[in-house]
Formats: sequence, C-alpha cells, structure tokens
Amino acid sequence: MLLLIKYTLLYGIVLMLVALGGMFSEHSGIINIALEGIMVIGGLGGVLAVAMLPNTLPAFVIVTVSVLVAALSGMVFSLLLAFASIHLKADQTIGGTALNMLATAIAIILAKNFNGSTSAKIDYTNNAFLFKIGGLELSIFVPLGIVLLIISYIVMYKTRFGLRLRACGEHPQAADSVGINVYKMRYSGVLISGLLGGIGGLAYIIPSVQTWNFEVGVAGTGFLALAVMIFGQWKPVHIFGAAMFFAVFKSLANIADATILSQLGWSSNIYNMMPFIASMVILAFTSKNSMAPKAEGIPYDKGSR
Amino acid sequence: MSRNKNNLGMALRQKSSSVLAALLCILIGLLVGLVALFIINAEHAWDQGFLRIIQGGFYDFPYGVGKTLTNSAPLIMTGLSVAFAFKTGLFNIGAAGQYTLGAFGGLYCALILNLPWYVCLLASALFGAVWGAIPGIFKAYLNINEVITSIMFNWIGLYMVNEIIYARGTGAMYDANNTRTWKLAERSPGSLIPSCGMSDIFHTPSTTIAIFLAIAAAILVWVILEKTTFGYELKAVGLNKNAARYAGINEKKNIILSMTIAGALAGFGAGLLYLSAGAEWNPLNTTSLPAMGFNGIATALLAASNPIGTIFSSLFISHITVGGSFLPTRYFPTEIADLISGIIIYLCAFAMLFRGVIEKKLHAGANTPDANAEPAAQTKKEGK
Repeated sequence: MLLLIKYTLLYGIVLMLVALGGMFSEHSGIINIALEGIMVIGGLGGVLAVAMLPNTLPAFVIVTVSVLVAALSGMVFSLLLAFASIHLKADQTIGGTALNMLATAIAIILAKNFNGSTSAKIDYTNNAFLFKIGGLELSIFVPLGIVLLIISYIVMYKTRFGLRLRACGEHPQAADSVGINVYKMRYSGVLISGLLGGIGGLAYIIPSVQTWNFEVGVAGTGFLALAVMIFGQWKPVHIFGAAMFFAVFKSLANIADATILSQLGWSSNIYNMMPFIASMVILAFTSKNSMAPKAEGIPYDKGSR
Repeated sequence: MSRNKNNLGMALRQKSSSVLAALLCILIGLLVGLVALFIINAEHAWDQGFLRIIQGGFYDFPYGVGKTLTNSAPLIMTGLSVAFAFKTGLFNIGAAGQYTLGAFGGLYCALILNLPWYVCLLASALFGAVWGAIPGIFKAYLNINEVITSIMFNWIGLYMVNEIIYARGTGAMYDANNTRTWKLAERSPGSLIPSCGMSDIFHTPSTTIAIFLAIAAAILVWVILEKTTFGYELKAVGLNKNAARYAGINEKKNIILSMTIAGALAGFGAGLLYLSAGAEWNPLNTTSLPAMGFNGIATALLAASNPIGTIFSSLFISHITVGGSFLPTRYFPTEIADLISGIIIYLCAFAMLFRGVIEKKLHAGANTPDANAEPAAQTKKEGK
C-alpha cells in the first residue's frame, strides 16, 4: 500500500507538472504536442547537470542547479515551437510532432557524446533528491510540484497576466484591440510550458532509478500529460485530480506482479491502457461542452477579422 | 484551349515551387546534420560521416540498396496514409498505431492461420482500417480533434497488440528465445511476400516485390484523389467542410472514409515490412511506437501530400536512414539521420512560407488557389 502511494505521488506529480505546462500553452492559444519532446530535453539537461556536478556539493545546491538547468533547457527547446507557430504561423501540431522526433534524436546524440561511447545510458546518483517521511520515501519534486501548482493557480486566476493570457487563447483579436500584445503573451505561454515540462521531465527520470537510457525518451508520458490536461478541462485543480487518477493506474501497472493484484491475472499492459481509454470516454462525454480555449491552434494574424 | 494551357501552367508553377521548397528543406536539414557531425568529430566528419549519409545504401551496394528498398515500401505506405488524410483536412498522427495493428493482423494470419501472403496483406490493411476508422468516427460524430484521439489510440493499440502477442510469454506467436515473434521463414514460408529474384540481386533476404506493391498503391491513391468523384469530394471536405456540405457532400461519411482508408494504407505498409521478413515484432517494447508511423508524416509533408511525390520522399528518407546506419559507431551516433529527418519535418511545418517566397521570386504572376493544394489551416472551432 505504501508502495502504491509512493508511486502514485511520484508519477502523479510528473503528470501534473507537464499538464500544467500544457495548460499555460493552450490558454495562450498554442497547442503543445511537443510536451513529450520538451520533457526529454529537460530531463536530459537536468540529468547531465546532476552527473557533472561533484557529489560532494550540498544536496540543496545539486537540486537547485539541476532543476534550473532542466527548466532552462525545456524553455530553450520550447522556443523552437513558439518561433515556428507564432512568428512563422506554422501548423502547430506538425511543428510539435517534428520537435518530438528531434528531441529523441538530440537526446541520444548528446547522451552518446557525453559518454563517448555507443551507449545512450547516463549514470547519476539521486540521493540529493530523495527524503523520507515515516516509511514513505519521496522525491523533492512532490513538495516542489505542490508549490508550483499553487503558483500556477494564482498566476492563472488572480493576476493580470493570467487574465490576459486566457484572453489571448479565447479571442486574440479582442485582446489585441485593448492593447494586449498577443505575440508576447503567446511566447510567455509556450515558455512557461517549456519550464514546467522541463522540470517534469527531470522529475520523471530522477527519483526512481540511478541510470537512464535516453533511447527510451520518456515513454509517452508527455502524451499522457496531454490527456491529463484535457481530462482536467484546462483548470489547475482539476488537472491535479486527473493526474493523481491517471497515476494510480500507472502505479498499479508497476506493482501489479508483486502484490495480491497478480491474482487477477491482468498484466501491466492492461493497466497501462486504462488511463488512455478513460480519457477517451471522458472526451466522448464532454465534447459537447468542452472548456478548451476557443482560439487554440489558430495562428494569430493581425489582419484577419 | 488557351484557358486549359493557362491552368496547366499554373499547376506546373505550383508543382515546381513545391519541389523547390522540399529541396530547400532537405538542404537545410543536411546542413544541420553536417554541422552536428563537425561538432561531434571534426576530423572524420566529411569522409566517414557526411559522405556516408549522402551515399546511403550505395556505400555497401547491392546489400545497402536492398535494405533501402525494403524500408521504403512501408514508409511509402505510411506516407500515403498521412498524405491521404491531409487531403481531407485531417492530420493522421495515428499512422503509428494503425501500423501496429496492421503488423498484428498480418502476423496473426501468417503465424497462426498460415494463410497465403496476399490474404495476410489484406488482413493487415483491414486491421489498420479499423484503427483508422475510430478517430474518424469520433471526429465526424462528436467533433473531437482527430489528433488527440489518434494519439490515445496509438498507445491503446500498442499495449493491446503487445498483450495479445506476448500473453505473459505464452503467446503462440511469440518466440521466447528471440524475444520476438517467430520468424516467418521457419513457421509459415507460404506467407512470405514473393521476392521474384530481388533478394538474389541485392543479397538481402528481405527485399521482395513489396516496393512495387507500394508504388502501385501510390499510383492508385493518386488516381482516386485526382480522377474520381470520390476523391474530389474528399478534397472538397478538406478545403471547406461547410461549403462541401452545402454542395450536397456528406462530410461525415467522407471524414470517416478518409480516416479508414488512411488506416488501411498504414496497416498495409506494416504488412509489407513484416511479411517480407524485414523485421519481427518485439512485444516487450512497451515504451515506443513504431518510428515508421512518424516518419510517414515526414515523407508526406516533404512531398506536399502528393502521392507520387511520396514515393520519392520515402526513398530519400530511407536512403539517408540506411546511410546513417553505415556511420562508424566509433565516431558518430547513427541517430544523426533521425536528426536530419526531424529538422526536415520541422522546416516542412512552415514550408508554405518557403513556397510563398519561392513563388514570388520565380513568378510575379497572380496566385490562384488550386483544389489540389494543401488544405488551409482549419479555423473552425473544434471540441476536444
């Protein structure tokens, strides 16, 4: 049971962080399919930072530096999406798909180059990221994620910035007419998604293992986060709930063989499949009154009516 | 007569600027690859790096070229799948899932039922078609964005196929010693696509007539899109759903049919690879979808969704991928080729921009819309 709680919290926080990132991007009007790629690049940056920093540094320094590096690499990578879809008015889904493919290729090339060999595996120590409450071993990303969730909520609903961001995703022409710089807001939305996605990538990789093979990427977690975002209807608190709901299934898949559940005879594939099926069902039922930002996916053109 | 000529000239102009834009994308992609090679190892970057990628399969003639042809056949099909859906204004990111199902259908008929190869191929297409139809139905009746549905069903398909094939190591199609499905040549030689001497020419067992089947499919798709009423309806729906409905076209039917056919094409592609014994399915790989599905997006975009162009863009992409596999792993990671094709798609995402610039540079003439052009970005609100 403790194991289930641990896995659920660890994985749920990852999904929540990345889905929050997607939420910021979509509220600004940019569909972010590239979340998967952003996670890979953010994870790579963070892991490289951990691997390169000497172990003797205080844990606080290692954590701060690697999280910042992860966030920064995610943001730089997301700039590629922002540039293509805002300035060049490219198709956002195609651009995002390309970035996902690029991310895996870049990550493998950099990891192999870092190792100086043909292996894309990077070894690191993750002690600095873990702490214990009672018998429950958690990563630093759990409290960090909750803080970021609260900040996201405040930014989205209690600040001028959040209101303007949402305006750009609903009706950019109207936002522009009252003097909001739509391009700037959309850039901020995508950059925030890069920041959260990058941290999410690191949070996915670091806590569970001490070595990571970048040929795996992040195994579809970015796409699952997209589903979480839709399931959470583009609202921070709902996204938190949806992420935890999805994470329960994922944890069940992890521990299915080791516990009493194995008597059901379901393999991990079935548990892995469930969140996707659940989100399809939810989509089917909520499609008529979807809370999706109205203008997402449409490049903003000042001249159009 | 003169008007006809004018139209032809216009079409040619658009074709030539499309081709130029594609070449520009390729050129920039290759340049980035070259820069990456120089950063990794400047000493060997040119002769052992870049030249090998450019040479592709010809570096190790007949074998390498045979490999290029083997890989091209499924790539042409996934490219066609994406291109076909594009013409109806749909983005089929689900080609990977349809490909997965197609592989399952073909292998099931071959390994379990021992059916002849053409029946297995049809089964592949059928399984792919079912997986393509689902997002189509969601899109037509519930107005849910096909991109989201396809992504979800990609993963559902992958887990499902793995579960059935692996079945905790007891699956009848699963060879525990190789951790792959059984080799077709051992279990069901009658299900192998005939090679007609191709494998002797290229010294590869997996080069079969699959490449010709793929080319035939490309021509068939071209005929459907350009010469039939059905194709015209599909394109009309892609250009403007509302106008198409006003003209009496059943847009729901066309959306579902378009996705079904796209799925069938992707599934058929999987059949072409797995029934040529080009690969065996690994049901333990639960973390990544077949790359063939996503590379299909690259080839379709590079060809500006033209079925005939897809043949050439697929040959090119598998040419450099095979070239990448010949890189000396001592110096370079083979993923450089993936990097290049990734950059090419990224550039293709705003290729319309290139196309516009080239068109302006080449011809100062008027720019008239063409029913065969790629559909414009959808501006209609979609539920998700």
